Amino acid sequence: MKVIRISKTEWQGGLDKARTGYGLYGPVKEGQDDHAFRPLAPGEFPDMSYKNSKMSPKELVHPQSEPMFQYNLNPADPDHDIMREIAKDATAKAVIGIRPCDADAFLLVKRNFDTPIYRDPYWVTAFESFTKIGFACNQACSATAFCTSAGSGPFHDAGLDVLLVDTGESYLAKVVTDKGQHFLDVCGFSAPAADAASQIESLQKKAESTIASSVNTDKLKDQVTTELYDAPFWEEISFACINCGTCTFSCPTCWCFDIQDETKGKQGVRMRNWDSCMYPLFTLHGSGHNPRGTKVHRVRQRFMHKLKYYVDKYQDGIQCVGCGRCIRLCPVNIDIRKVCNMMNGYTACSCAVS
Amino acid sequence: MSAKIDAIRQIARRLLSEGKVDMVIGFQKGTLPMMNEPCFVRKAEEADRLVWDSHCGINLANYVTDRKERIAVVAKGCDSRNLVNHVIENKIKREKLHIIGVCCDGMLDKRLIAQRSQTEAQAEVDAVEEKDGVVSVKAGALLWQAPRAELLQDNCKRCRHRNPVLYDELVGEPVAEKPEDDYEDVKRIEAMSPDEKWAHFEDMLSTCIRCYACRNACPLCYCPTCFVDESRPQWVGKSQDPIDIRTFHFLRAYHCAGRCTDCGSCERACPMGIPVRQFTRKLNKDCEELYGWQAGLSLDQRPALDTYNPNDPNDFIR
Repeated sequence: MKVIRISKTEWQGGLDKARTGYGLYGPVKEGQDDHAFRPLAPGEFPDMSYKNSKMSPKELVHPQSEPMFQYNLNPADPDHDIMREIAKDATAKAVIGIRPCDADAFLLVKRNFDTPIYRDPYWVTAFESFTKIGFACNQACSATAFCTSAGSGPFHDAGLDVLLVDTGESYLAKVVTDKGQHFLDVCGFSAPAADAASQIESLQKKAESTIASSVNTDKLKDQVTTELYDAPFWEEISFACINCGTCTFSCPTCWCFDIQDETKGKQGVRMRNWDSCMYPLFTLHGSGHNPRGTKVHRVRQRFMHKLKYYVDKYQDGIQCVGCGRCIRLCPVNIDIRKVCNMMNGYTACSCAVS
Repeated sequence: MSAKIDAIRQIARRLLSEGKVDMVIGFQKGTLPMMNEPCFVRKAEEADRLVWDSHCGINLANYVTDRKERIAVVAKGCDSRNLVNHVIENKIKREKLHIIGVCCDGMLDKRLIAQRSQTEAQAEVDAVEEKDGVVSVKAGALLWQAPRAELLQDNCKRCRHRNPVLYDELVGEPVAEKPEDDYEDVKRIEAMSPDEKWAHFEDMLSTCIRCYACRNACPLCYCPTCFVDESRPQWVGKSQDPIDIRTFHFLRAYHCAGRCTDCGSCERACPMGIPVRQFTRKLNKDCEELYGWQAGLSLDQRPALDTYNPNDPNDFIR
């Protein structure tokens, strides 16, 4: 494990050097109580005091509204009736200060967008253009964080190119990939930190001990899908739900989208927008039939997808990194931890079914 | 507060064991501080799940729409006014409803308390307690206190109908009502120039993620297909285009004209903290000034925009 020490006095100078080779992105304060991942203007630096952003950085790779093609309905135009792909920005970018859970989330989503059979060019181009400079959490971002039991953790480095650890006066930069090493080289950060491993380990232990919340996922794999689907608790779980899309939009691992054409005058674009299993048009068939036509169907879909279908399909944990955003932002207090534990602990009644 | 909890549980237990209703809709204790979860109880022995405190801000009238059961519902002043709306608009039959009215002291503003805890204690809220009109908030290592009146939701500070207007039984002693609304907040925006107003609303809606929590938390929004979800024809674009976002918010507000009870559920539900009541408050003020109308006060009156009166202010109708 190679670790480089970056003193905080050289931090901003290094980032300024990086601007020659990378478009920089990072957390900036937005509104009274929020941070968001935005492009950093010249002279602007990531706010490393942030705990977490309300909306995850998934929008950097998978924007809420993303134009894919443009078209032109003007007969006088040489491009008339031709659908042209809109060029994607593949230039090198670096996102500074991404949290480990959010970086791990990209890997869970990648399974769906970058497969041997299907490769989503928009998602993959954006994903690969980013160098991800992670920022370990020295303490739980919130009482709702349950990352350590959801396959991630405050010092998890999967999906990252560099993991920064804040020691107070300096950052310890753990080099995870060659891409990360290149970024540090461009910044001019090169001071080796010889004794860093033990320091990182002790900070990690301390951080993990502050994650007070957890879920049980050990039995999900062995649950029978149809029995979980028919479990009696769905009406109770879904009752409070108002079918807003907050949980899915704030979730770093929710990936559903809907494709739309929008025409204004003679110009139009084909774009994709985030969709949500909470919405009435989600899975609405052309026939008018909707297999997930009620609230119970939709809420069950969300939890079954994350905690059972995904588990069955990829055999590598749940489609959730435990960031806790959906719990904090839900207007009516639907708590995925509670639902996960109910699903995990469910025993189908073996008595006669009436 | 616990006296009210006991009364609610007792009523729920009685109604369920006597078979008077099929379900009781109320709140159960949430998993987070300052959050309670709307829930239903179908069995008398489960009535003890029901709770009542200053964190029952979501409007429960939202949960009775089009339900077929005989329902008892816990209702504070604003919820009861929305139940009146529901009955008038044929979304529920009065005889199917048993309204457990709760005299309300106002709900605490969870966002305000969270923000203040961040500022003063650099920490999340761990627990909130109340005694003698003082709220004590435990956040990390610090405890901070403030008079309850300061920490109420904005709509509760302005509320004129804290006591239920329609109920079958009442929980708690009726509280004093505030005589009038000064609409000082609306007047401040009305005084802006058109350009200032535009900039104000543009800024205000800039963080909207279009999750529709404001719409869905509102008991007035029950159309089978909302205009933003209509796809044949499609009225509004679905992207993050600011014009489409504004269209949604403006139309949502207009749809509530003469129907909104200022229960604050929309604002409470918004994950981004957008003060969406600014739109509906303006329409409430207009309805009051033009028609002398406040929504949901009586089963015997048609809503302002649902009726014609020779004294209506507009010339075109005469």
